[in-house]
Amino acid sequence: MQGLRGLAWLLALQSLGELLSRALQLPFPGPVVGMVLLLLALQWPVVREPVAICAEFLLSHLSLLFVPVGVGVMTHLALVAQYGGRMLIVIVLSTWIGLAVTAWVLFKLNRTDTAEDGSAQIR
Amino acid sequence: MPKFVELWVYLSATPLFGLTATLVAYVLAHALYLRVKQAPWANPVLWSVVVIASGLLLTDVPYPTYFSGAQFIHFLLGPAVVALGWPLWQRRAELRKRWGRLLIAALAGGAAASGSALALAWAFDLPHEVVLSLAPKSVTAPVAMGIAEKIGGIPALAAVFAVLTGLVGALSGRYLFNALRLPLTTEGWTARGFALGTAAHGIGAARALQVNADAGAYAGLALGLQVVLSSLLMPLLFR
Repeated sequence: MQGLRGLAWLLALQSLGELLSRALQLPFPGPVVGMVLLLLALQWPVVREPVAICAEFLLSHLSLLFVPVGVGVMTHLALVAQYGGRMLIVIVLSTWIGLAVTAWVLFKLNRTDTAEDGSAQIR
Repeated sequence: MPKFVELWVYLSATPLFGLTATLVAYVLAHALYLRVKQAPWANPVLWSVVVIASGLLLTDVPYPTYFSGAQFIHFLLGPAVVALGWPLWQRRAELRKRWGRLLIAALAGGAAASGSALALAWAFDLPHEVVLSLAPKSVTAPVAMGIAEKIGGIPALAAVFAVLTGLVGALSGRYLFNALRLPLTTEGWTARGFALGTAAHGIGAARALQVNADAGAYAGLALGLQVVLSSLLMPLLFR
Protein backbone atom coordinates (compact mmCIF):
# COMPACT_ATOMS: atom_id res chain seq x y z
CA MET A 1 0.00 0.00 0.00
CA GLN A 2 2.82 2.39 0.89
CA GLY A 3 4.38 1.75 -2.53
CA LEU A 4 1.10 2.57 -4.29
CA ARG A 5 0.66 5.67 -2.18
CA GLY A 6 4.18 6.68 -3.19
CA LEU A 7 3.36 6.20 -6.88
CA ALA A 8 0.25 8.33 -6.42
CA TRP A 9 2.41 11.12 -4.96
CA LEU A 10 4.95 10.86 -7.78
CA LEU A 11 2.22 10.98 -10.46
CA ALA A 12 0.43 13.85 -8.72
CA LEU A 13 3.67 15.86 -8.50
CA GLN A 14 4.47 15.06 -12.14
CA SER A 15 1.00 16.28 -13.20
CA LEU A 16 1.43 19.44 -11.16
CA GLY A 17 4.85 19.86 -12.76
CA GLU A 18 3.37 19.49 -16.26
CA LEU A 19 0.70 22.06 -15.44
CA LEU A 20 3.21 24.57 -14.05
CA SER A 21 5.62 23.99 -16.95
CA ARG A 22 2.86 24.69 -19.50
CA ALA A 23 1.13 27.53 -17.66
CA LEU A 24 4.31 29.48 -16.83
CA GLN A 25 6.13 28.42 -20.03
CA LEU A 26 9.11 27.21 -18.01
CA PRO A 27 12.15 25.87 -19.88
CA PHE A 28 12.00 22.65 -17.76
CA PRO A 29 10.05 19.55 -18.82
CA GLY A 30 7.14 18.68 -16.50
CA PRO A 31 8.81 15.76 -14.67
CA VAL A 32 11.80 17.98 -13.80
CA VAL A 33 9.47 20.56 -12.23
CA GLY A 34 7.83 17.61 -10.45
CA MET A 35 11.25 16.58 -9.10
CA VAL A 36 11.86 20.07 -7.69
CA LEU A 37 8.37 20.03 -6.12
CA LEU A 38 9.16 16.63 -4.60
CA LEU A 39 12.35 18.06 -3.04
CA LEU A 40 10.19 20.69 -1.34
CA ALA A 41 7.51 18.18 -0.28
CA LEU A 42 9.86 15.53 1.15
CA GLN A 43 10.11 17.37 4.48
CA TRP A 44 6.62 16.02 5.33
CA PRO A 45 6.56 12.38 6.53
CA VAL A 46 3.19 11.87 4.77
CA VAL A 47 5.03 12.31 1.49
CA ARG A 48 8.47 11.02 2.47
CA GLU A 49 7.64 7.56 3.78
CA PRO A 50 5.57 6.25 0.86
CA VAL A 51 7.70 8.04 -1.77
CA ALA A 52 10.90 6.51 -0.36
CA ILE A 53 9.59 2.98 -0.96
CA CYS A 54 8.29 3.69 -4.46
CA ALA A 55 11.36 5.72 -5.50
CA GLU A 56 13.78 3.00 -4.35
CA PHE A 57 11.86 0.45 -6.42
CA LEU A 58 11.60 2.61 -9.55
CA LEU A 59 15.22 3.76 -9.44
CA SER A 60 16.61 0.28 -8.82
CA HIS A 61 15.00 -0.83 -12.09
CA LEU A 62 15.78 2.40 -13.93
CA SER A 63 17.66 0.73 -16.78
CA LEU A 64 14.61 -1.35 -17.79
CA LEU A 65 12.72 1.87 -18.52
CA PHE A 66 15.19 2.77 -21.30
CA VAL A 67 14.55 -0.39 -23.33
CA PRO A 68 11.43 0.77 -25.28
CA VAL A 69 13.18 3.98 -26.42
CA GLY A 70 16.37 2.10 -27.19
CA VAL A 71 14.51 -0.31 -29.48
CA GLY A 72 13.39 2.83 -31.36
CA VAL A 73 16.82 2.84 -33.00
CA MET A 74 15.30 0.44 -35.57
CA THR A 75 13.13 3.27 -36.92
CA HIS A 76 16.23 5.29 -37.80
CA LEU A 77 18.09 2.55 -39.66
CA ALA A 78 18.44 4.68 -42.81
CA LEU A 79 20.10 7.47 -40.85
CA VAL A 80 22.20 4.91 -39.00
CA ALA A 81 23.27 3.25 -42.27
CA GLN A 82 24.36 6.59 -43.70
CA TYR A 83 25.97 8.25 -40.67
CA GLY A 84 26.18 5.40 -38.13
CA GLY A 85 29.97 5.14 -37.99
CA ARG A 86 30.45 8.88 -37.55
CA MET A 87 27.61 9.18 -35.00
CA LEU A 88 29.12 6.34 -32.97
CA ILE A 89 32.58 7.96 -32.97
CA VAL A 90 31.04 11.27 -31.84
CA ILE A 91 29.10 9.57 -29.04
CA VAL A 92 32.00 7.45 -27.78
CA LEU A 93 34.59 10.26 -27.82
CA SER A 94 32.33 12.92 -26.31
CA THR A 95 31.20 10.52 -23.57
CA TRP A 96 34.81 9.75 -22.67
CA ILE A 97 35.64 13.47 -22.64
CA GLY A 98 32.63 14.19 -20.42
CA LEU A 99 33.47 11.35 -18.01
CA ALA A 100 37.15 12.27 -17.81
CA VAL A 101 36.57 16.01 -17.28
CA THR A 102 33.91 15.49 -14.57
CA ALA A 103 35.86 12.84 -12.65
CA TRP A 104 39.14 14.75 -12.89
CA VAL A 105 37.66 18.13 -11.83
CA LEU A 106 35.81 16.69 -8.83
CA PHE A 107 38.77 14.54 -7.77
CA LYS A 108 41.18 17.51 -7.93
CA LEU A 109 38.76 19.82 -6.07
CA ASN A 110 38.29 17.23 -3.30
CA ARG A 111 42.04 16.63 -3.07
CA THR A 112 42.95 20.34 -2.80
CA ASP A 113 40.44 20.59 0.00
CA THR A 114 41.98 17.65 1.89
CA ALA A 115 45.47 19.10 1.49
CA GLU A 116 44.32 22.46 2.89
CA ASP A 117 42.57 20.86 5.85
CA GLY A 118 45.70 18.92 6.66
CA SER A 119 43.39 16.40 8.32
CA ALA A 120 42.89 12.77 7.49
CA GLN A 121 40.05 12.10 5.09
CA ILE A 122 37.52 9.66 6.47
CA ARG A 123 34.66 10.14 4.03
CA MET B 1 1.85 -24.27 -39.83
CA PRO B 2 -0.44 -21.52 -41.21
CA LYS B 3 -2.25 -21.78 -37.87
CA PHE B 4 0.92 -20.72 -36.12
CA VAL B 5 1.48 -17.78 -38.46
CA GLU B 6 -2.08 -16.59 -37.83
CA LEU B 7 -1.60 -16.86 -34.10
CA TRP B 8 1.69 -14.93 -34.31
CA VAL B 9 0.10 -12.18 -36.40
CA TYR B 10 -2.68 -11.89 -33.85
CA LEU B 11 -0.46 -11.93 -30.79
CA SER B 12 2.20 -9.59 -32.15
CA ALA B 13 -0.47 -6.96 -32.85
CA THR B 14 -1.77 -6.77 -29.26
CA PRO B 15 -0.21 -4.44 -26.66
CA LEU B 16 0.38 -7.52 -24.51
CA PHE B 17 3.17 -8.58 -26.88
CA GLY B 18 5.30 -5.43 -26.59
CA LEU B 19 4.98 -5.35 -22.82
CA THR B 20 5.78 -9.05 -22.40
CA ALA B 21 8.68 -8.99 -24.87
CA THR B 22 10.26 -6.01 -23.06
CA LEU B 23 9.96 -7.52 -19.58
CA VAL B 24 11.00 -11.05 -20.56
CA ALA B 25 13.98 -9.85 -22.63
CA TYR B 26 15.13 -7.64 -19.76
CA VAL B 27 14.68 -10.29 -17.07
CA LEU B 28 16.69 -12.80 -19.13
CA ALA B 29 19.37 -10.24 -20.02
CA HIS B 30 19.62 -9.28 -16.35
CA ALA B 31 20.00 -12.93 -15.31
CA LEU B 32 22.87 -13.28 -17.80
CA TYR B 33 24.39 -10.04 -16.45
CA LEU B 34 24.38 -11.44 -12.90
CA ARG B 35 25.71 -14.77 -14.13
CA VAL B 36 28.85 -13.18 -15.63
CA LYS B 37 29.38 -11.16 -12.40
CA GLN B 38 28.08 -7.89 -13.89
CA ALA B 39 30.75 -7.65 -16.58
CA PRO B 40 30.24 -4.32 -18.43
CA TRP B 41 29.87 -6.00 -21.85
CA ALA B 42 26.80 -7.93 -20.64
CA ASN B 43 24.83 -4.71 -20.01
CA PRO B 44 21.13 -5.71 -19.78
CA VAL B 45 19.82 -2.63 -21.65
CA LEU B 46 22.15 -3.25 -24.58
CA TRP B 47 21.20 -6.92 -24.97
CA SER B 48 17.47 -6.37 -24.43
CA VAL B 49 17.50 -3.72 -27.17
CA VAL B 50 19.56 -5.88 -29.54
CA VAL B 51 17.36 -8.95 -29.02
CA ILE B 52 14.02 -7.12 -29.28
CA ALA B 53 15.01 -4.94 -32.25
CA SER B 54 16.41 -7.92 -34.19
CA GLY B 55 13.31 -9.95 -33.36
CA LEU B 56 10.99 -7.19 -34.59
CA LEU B 57 12.99 -6.70 -37.79
CA LEU B 58 13.10 -10.45 -38.51
CA THR B 59 9.36 -10.96 -37.96
CA ASP B 60 8.36 -7.70 -39.70
CA VAL B 61 6.59 -6.28 -36.66
CA PRO B 62 6.63 -2.46 -36.96
CA TYR B 63 7.97 -0.39 -34.07
CA PRO B 64 4.64 1.39 -33.33
CA THR B 65 2.99 -2.03 -32.81
CA TYR B 66 5.70 -3.00 -30.33
CA PHE B 67 5.53 0.40 -28.65
CA SER B 68 1.76 0.15 -28.09
CA GLY B 69 2.66 -2.39 -25.39
CA ALA B 70 6.10 -1.13 -24.38
CA GLN B 71 4.70 2.34 -23.70
CA PHE B 72 3.46 1.12 -20.32
CA ILE B 73 7.08 0.68 -19.26
CA HIS B 74 8.21 3.79 -21.11
CA PHE B 75 5.55 5.80 -19.27
CA LEU B 76 7.25 5.09 -15.92
CA LEU B 77 10.21 7.27 -16.97
CA GLY B 78 8.16 10.34 -15.98
CA PRO B 79 7.55 9.30 -12.35
CA ALA B 80 11.15 7.96 -12.27
CA VAL B 81 12.47 11.44 -13.10
CA VAL B 82 10.32 12.88 -10.28
CA ALA B 83 11.63 10.09 -8.00
CA LEU B 84 15.20 11.33 -8.61
CA GLY B 85 14.35 13.97 -6.02
CA TRP B 86 14.59 11.23 -3.37
CA PRO B 87 18.36 10.45 -3.68
CA LEU B 88 18.99 14.21 -3.96
CA TRP B 89 17.03 14.83 -0.75
CA GLN B 90 18.85 12.01 1.06
CA ARG B 91 22.19 13.66 0.23
CA ARG B 92 21.02 17.18 1.02
CA ALA B 93 23.57 17.68 3.84
CA GLU B 94 26.37 16.62 1.49
CA LEU B 95 24.96 18.82 -1.24
CA ARG B 96 24.72 21.84 1.05
CA LYS B 97 28.30 21.38 2.23
CA ARG B 98 29.89 20.83 -1.19
CA TRP B 99 27.46 22.45 -3.60
CA GLY B 100 30.18 24.72 -5.01
CA ARG B 101 32.56 22.04 -6.21
CA LEU B 102 29.78 19.67 -7.26
CA LEU B 103 28.26 22.44 -9.35
CA ILE B 104 31.64 23.23 -10.93
CA ALA B 105 32.24 19.56 -11.76
CA ALA B 106 28.69 19.12 -13.12
CA LEU B 107 28.93 22.25 -15.28
CA ALA B 108 32.44 21.44 -16.54
CA GLY B 109 31.54 17.83 -17.32
CA GLY B 110 28.19 18.67 -18.93
CA ALA B 111 29.76 21.40 -21.05
CA ALA B 112 32.67 19.15 -22.05
CA ALA B 113 30.38 16.28 -23.07
CA SER B 114 27.92 18.45 -24.97
CA GLY B 115 30.52 20.81 -26.45
CA SER B 116 32.78 18.03 -27.70
CA ALA B 117 29.78 16.21 -29.21
CA LEU B 118 28.71 19.36 -31.07
CA ALA B 119 32.26 20.13 -32.24
CA LEU B 120 32.89 16.56 -33.44
CA ALA B 121 29.49 16.28 -35.13
CA TRP B 122 30.12 19.57 -36.90
CA ALA B 123 33.61 18.47 -37.94
CA PHE B 124 32.16 15.21 -39.29
CA ASP B 125 29.63 17.19 -41.32
CA LEU B 126 26.52 15.54 -39.81
CA PRO B 127 23.10 17.01 -40.72
CA HIS B 128 22.00 20.00 -38.63
CA GLU B 129 19.10 18.27 -36.85
CA VAL B 130 21.35 15.33 -35.98
CA VAL B 131 23.88 17.76 -34.46
CA LEU B 132 21.14 19.38 -32.35
CA SER B 133 19.86 15.95 -31.27
CA LEU B 134 23.37 15.16 -29.99
CA ALA B 135 23.53 18.20 -27.69
CA PRO B 136 21.42 16.82 -24.79
CA LYS B 137 22.85 13.27 -25.01
CA SER B 138 24.27 13.31 -21.46
CA VAL B 139 20.84 13.86 -19.94
CA THR B 140 18.48 11.03 -19.12
CA ALA B 141 16.43 9.98 -22.21
CA PRO B 142 12.99 11.46 -21.38
CA VAL B 143 14.51 14.84 -20.54
CA ALA B 144 16.85 14.68 -23.55
CA MET B 145 13.76 14.24 -25.76
CA GLY B 146 12.15 17.33 -24.25
CA ILE B 147 15.30 19.42 -24.68
CA ALA B 148 15.84 18.23 -28.27
CA GLU B 149 12.29 19.23 -29.11
CA LYS B 150 12.86 22.70 -27.64
CA ILE B 151 16.16 23.37 -29.48
CA GLY B 152 15.15 21.94 -32.89
CA GLY B 153 16.50 18.37 -32.82
CA ILE B 154 14.66 15.07 -33.42
CA PRO B 155 13.27 13.78 -30.06
CA ALA B 156 13.36 10.06 -30.99
CA LEU B 157 16.95 10.36 -32.22
CA ALA B 158 17.96 12.30 -29.09
CA ALA B 159 16.55 9.47 -26.96
CA VAL B 160 18.56 6.88 -28.89
CA PHE B 161 21.74 8.99 -28.58
CA ALA B 162 21.12 9.33 -24.86
CA VAL B 163 20.71 5.56 -24.46
CA LEU B 164 23.89 4.92 -26.50
CA THR B 165 25.78 7.49 -24.42
CA GLY B 166 24.64 5.79 -21.23
CA LEU B 167 25.77 2.43 -22.58
CA VAL B 168 29.20 3.76 -23.59
CA GLY B 169 29.63 5.17 -20.08
CA ALA B 170 28.46 1.97 -18.37
CA LEU B 171 30.55 -0.26 -20.65
CA SER B 172 33.84 1.64 -20.69
CA GLY B 173 33.77 3.82 -17.56
CA ARG B 174 35.83 1.38 -15.50
CA TYR B 175 38.69 1.22 -18.02
CA LEU B 176 38.73 4.99 -18.57
CA PHE B 177 38.84 5.74 -14.82
CA ASN B 178 41.57 3.16 -14.28
CA ALA B 179 43.57 4.76 -17.10
CA LEU B 180 43.14 8.15 -15.35
CA ARG B 181 44.52 6.47 -12.20
CA LEU B 182 41.51 7.31 -10.04
CA PRO B 183 42.09 5.26 -6.86
CA LEU B 184 39.55 2.79 -5.45
CA THR B 185 39.13 4.90 -2.29
CA THR B 186 36.01 6.75 -1.18
CA GLU B 187 37.35 9.84 -2.94
CA GLY B 188 37.99 7.93 -6.12
CA TRP B 189 34.58 6.20 -6.03
CA THR B 190 32.88 9.54 -5.42
CA ALA B 191 34.51 11.04 -8.51
CA ARG B 192 33.80 7.93 -10.61
CA GLY B 193 30.14 7.85 -9.63
CA PHE B 194 29.62 11.57 -10.07
CA ALA B 195 31.19 11.41 -13.54
CA LEU B 196 28.97 8.48 -14.58
CA GLY B 197 25.83 10.32 -13.44
CA THR B 198 26.94 13.52 -15.20
CA ALA B 199 28.08 12.12 -18.55
CA ALA B 200 26.14 8.84 -18.76
CA HIS B 201 22.88 9.61 -16.84
CA GLY B 202 20.58 6.79 -15.66
CA ILE B 203 22.35 3.91 -17.36
CA GLY B 204 25.73 5.03 -16.00
CA ALA B 205 24.16 5.63 -12.58
CA ALA B 206 22.59 2.16 -12.59
CA ARG B 207 26.03 0.71 -13.28
CA ALA B 208 27.64 2.83 -10.53
CA LEU B 209 24.98 1.71 -8.06
CA GLN B 210 25.73 -1.95 -8.78
CA VAL B 211 29.47 -1.52 -8.30
CA ASN B 212 29.84 0.70 -5.21
CA ALA B 213 27.46 2.45 -2.78
CA ASP B 214 29.39 5.76 -2.67
CA ALA B 215 29.66 5.80 -6.45
CA GLY B 216 25.93 5.06 -6.74
CA ALA B 217 24.87 7.82 -4.38
CA TYR B 218 26.98 10.43 -6.16
CA ALA B 219 25.81 9.17 -9.54
CA GLY B 220 22.19 9.74 -8.51
CA LEU B 221 23.09 13.20 -7.27
CA ALA B 222 24.92 14.04 -10.51
CA LEU B 223 22.08 12.71 -12.63
CA GLY B 224 19.57 14.97 -10.87
CA LEU B 225 21.88 17.99 -11.11
CA GLN B 226 22.49 17.41 -14.83
CA VAL B 227 18.74 17.19 -15.48
CA VAL B 228 18.17 20.57 -13.81
CA LEU B 229 21.24 22.30 -15.32
CA SER B 230 20.74 21.05 -18.88
CA SER B 231 17.04 21.70 -19.10
CA LEU B 232 17.63 25.21 -17.74
CA LEU B 233 20.74 26.16 -19.75
CA MET B 234 20.41 24.38 -23.11
CA PRO B 235 17.19 26.04 -24.35
CA LEU B 236 18.75 29.40 -23.39
CA LEU B 237 22.08 28.68 -25.15
CA PHE B 238 20.45 27.44 -28.36
CA ARG B 239 17.82 30.13 -28.60
